[in-house]
Amino acid sequence: MKATEERQEGSVQGPGQAESGGVGDWLRGRLGFASVEALVAKKTVPLHRHSIWYYLGGMTLFLFTIQVVTGILLLLYYRPSAEEAFESVQFIMTDVSFGWLVRSIHSWSANLMIATLFVHMFTVYFLKAYRKPRECTWVTGVLLLFLSLAFGFSGYLLPWNSLAFFATRVGTEIPRVIPGVGEFFMRFLRGGDEVTGATLTRFFGFHVAILPAVTTVVLGIHIWLVQFHGMSRPLREEGTERREMKFFPNFLLRDIMGWLVALALLAALAALFPWELGEKADPFAPAPAGIRPEWFFLFSFETLKLLPAHILFIEGELLGVVGFTAGAMFWLLVPFLDRKAARGEPSPAFTVLGILIVLYMAVMTGIGFLS
Amino acid sequence: MANNRFGLSRIALRFAVLVYALASGWTFSHLREATVHAAEPGTSKGVDYCVECHRDLGDNLGSPVVESEGDVHIQKGLGCVGCHGGDSSQPDAERAMDPRKGFTGRPEPSAVPSFCGKCHSDAGFMRRYNPAQRVDQEAEYASSGHGTRLRAGNKKVATCLNCHGSHGIHPVNHPQSRVYAPNVAKTCGKCHADPKYMQSTLPTNQVDEYANSVHAEALLVKNDLSAPTCNDCHGNHGASPPGVSSVANVCGTCHTRQAEMFRKSVHDSAFRAMDQAECLACHANHRVLRPDDAMLAEKEGSVCAACHDGEDKGSQTRAEMASALTGLRDRLQRAESLIDRAEKAGMQVSRASFAVAESHDSLVNARVLVHTFSAAAVKAETDRGMTIADKSYRMGQDALDELQFRRKGLGASLVVILVALVAVYLKIQQIERHEQ
Amino acid sequence: MRSTNETSSRRRFVNYLLQTSIGAVAVSVFYPVLSFLTPPRIAESAEATVVAGKITEIAPNTGKIFKFGSKAGLLIRTPSGELKAFSATCTHLDCTVQYRGDLQGIWCACHDGHYDLNGRNVAGPPPRPLDQYVVNLRGDEIIVSRG
Repeated sequence: MKATEERQEGSVQGPGQAESGGVGDWLRGRLGFASVEALVAKKTVPLHRHSIWYYLGGMTLFLFTIQVVTGILLLLYYRPSAEEAFESVQFIMTDVSFGWLVRSIHSWSANLMIATLFVHMFTVYFLKAYRKPRECTWVTGVLLLFLSLAFGFSGYLLPWNSLAFFATRVGTEIPRVIPGVGEFFMRFLRGGDEVTGATLTRFFGFHVAILPAVTTVVLGIHIWLVQFHGMSRPLREEGTERREMKFFPNFLLRDIMGWLVALALLAALAALFPWELGEKADPFAPAPAGIRPEWFFLFSFETLKLLPAHILFIEGELLGVVGFTAGAMFWLLVPFLDRKAARGEPSPAFTVLGILIVLYMAVMTGIGFLS
Repeated sequence: MANNRFGLSRIALRFAVLVYALASGWTFSHLREATVHAAEPGTSKGVDYCVECHRDLGDNLGSPVVESEGDVHIQKGLGCVGCHGGDSSQPDAERAMDPRKGFTGRPEPSAVPSFCGKCHSDAGFMRRYNPAQRVDQEAEYASSGHGTRLRAGNKKVATCLNCHGSHGIHPVNHPQSRVYAPNVAKTCGKCHADPKYMQSTLPTNQVDEYANSVHAEALLVKNDLSAPTCNDCHGNHGASPPGVSSVANVCGTCHTRQAEMFRKSVHDSAFRAMDQAECLACHANHRVLRPDDAMLAEKEGSVCAACHDGEDKGSQTRAEMASALTGLRDRLQRAESLIDRAEKAGMQVSRASFAVAESHDSLVNARVLVHTFSAAAVKAETDRGMTIADKSYRMGQDALDELQFRRKGLGASLVVILVALVAVYLKIQQIERHEQ
Repeated sequence: MRSTNETSSRRRFVNYLLQTSIGAVAVSVFYPVLSFLTPPRIAESAEATVVAGKITEIAPNTGKIFKFGSKAGLLIRTPSGELKAFSATCTHLDCTVQYRGDLQGIWCACHDGHYDLNGRNVAGPPPRPLDQYVVNLRGDEIIVSRG
């Protein structure tokens, strides 16, 4: 009786014995993923007060997958030239079956993904999960942040509408202040001296080829490292009773619940708040009032706006750019700078610094929206 | 022949007359020649002593030098002597301003047309400077209201100089010319808008009225140089108000369809019988405003009510035309607001907007057809327009239906996801209950 | 015994529900994706190229209005049989122009503007010629593009 029961409950025993054992064994013999299955079977997730944040990495990955799929679909109809880009997006929105859905989901998911990414990153930061031995995971993570921002910046221009055109012009103007390489860097981004069809084609190349290729590699390393090191426990929880949850199927099923909610949210946003198209970019028209970059760049944009024209003898904007570059470097190297966390000790200084950074970004973003 | 003193005097007299005739003939031809020579470019070689002396004189005698700076005649090399005659190579005033050298000085108002006309009416002469330029201005002027009064002795009417200036004359299409299209009303208004000058001979409100018109708006605000100003309806040199039966022709040079339709309508003969000016009766002559459907109203703002008593066939036609236009306008507005709603909700509506534009074209055409004063013609067009308006309304409706479809689709997919969520939750429960 | 039967039927129900609902979610994802992949009836945006009509539908010395993107275009066949296409928006005050067979030219009804068979403004208020488009023939279909 018991044996029968156990056999009936075979699905609970883990991935090793799939119910359709024949097909699974066949594939296992040819593709050799038995070792992967073993790894997944052993993977556990620590259970404690802050366990909820463990869902965010997977959520970011889910939203990224949505981006890849919807992006590939859009690729079938989008045309990356100044003459046709806007019309092709308009065509997708009006004439292609469910084109409005694919495009709106792509735009909304981009924003949700970056938002989720930020929360994931800050929770990892505050829980000091970057400490030894997970320094490389953190570094690849910050690189993924930069790559995502590049994805956002390059993708924003692709519909070639008025708002995006002028936002890109303003955004690519900023590197110019860097002495020496600034001019070159700006020309490299723009594909010329001005934002033109050449910029559009170049950004398209970045967005669908270069960035995806680099991201695949960096993301691959990041995920591998997460599996290799396992999930980090917060410092305060390290000594206490270690409760764990199996990743497969328990945590994964919960992950799936979260992903279903995200899917529902995206569908609702796409249907109820379709992403605007605006009007086609006219390079010779005057810039509309109140251009601003996308929300995730707003804090840095506002900071640059608030800096005075000159501080001592250095141009204000240059100081801002240098400052942000230094900040990015600092952020990248946090695991190596936070000695106390590396030793397994609490490091309140970094916690406080983190809080200040979050407040600064939140306030500047708020100012950007209100002005 | 008598051999007395009187006989001799008669011969002497005759001889004197002959000499005088010959002399004056010679002088006049020499004057002409002198003018022609003086007018040839390059003849005022070297220093122009007219300018040299007059430049230092003040007031009336000195100002022409400054004013003439941009003058088109000076630029073509005609110099002061080109119009006034004389010899500019002479520093001595008497020799320079010598009538024997053709000097005429400042012409009397009554002599101005022929003063300018001595060149401008000479085709052979004008051909040397601007072959395409007309040479009939003097003749035209003679037929004008100004010309006829000038000949009758009125010295206050405009002559060439009053409109074109005396010194500093620019070509007509030069923005600084007093007769450049946007400047014309102001130039005419210098006399015609001045009650003290006109002294009740003519009304003086025309410029004011024109300034409020749709033509002035087009010309002065929108810089549409094809828009009419005083001279386009009244003529340039042959300026005169068009006669009562000619108004439709005048307006019809641009508004051809309306004029054609009016001519074929019942109002044409009726207005002529009443000696009623055509377009003016409803549209005014100077204060031509943007027409409004309210002009076809029953009472308020109506132009028909001026003649039609409300019971006659004309009033019936008015009522039918008014309701046809209102019907189309309302249908169009309904379609437009629906499409607007769809657009605000995020739907793409470019195709529907095209249909709306077509329907709007139809409304404009229907309004033009009012000039046939045939309710049937207007109704035929508004019916056509309403079909198109309905088509665009349906497109707007389709857009909103699509919106509803999306919302329903969303609802359905949310239900599916919710069921899946519940299923996953139950599965988790089941697994974990078993694990315990 | 009974309790295990209940739990096993309950388990089967949960499994069934899970499989069906995940399947339904998959369908609600794949159906739009497959529909998206199916080319729409009009293969391209009508902004740059459009089928203006058939050669059999337009006689010499006639014209017809067609939709080009969101604006109107005028397709004409000259008395000598040549096909030409222009923007149908008059350059004066944006009225829609028409072809006049009696004038063998293009005419704007609003203020009596005239254009010749090359779209050049020849009489009346229009300040500029009409924008000209490129016309090609594909079988018996007339293709107009911005060129």
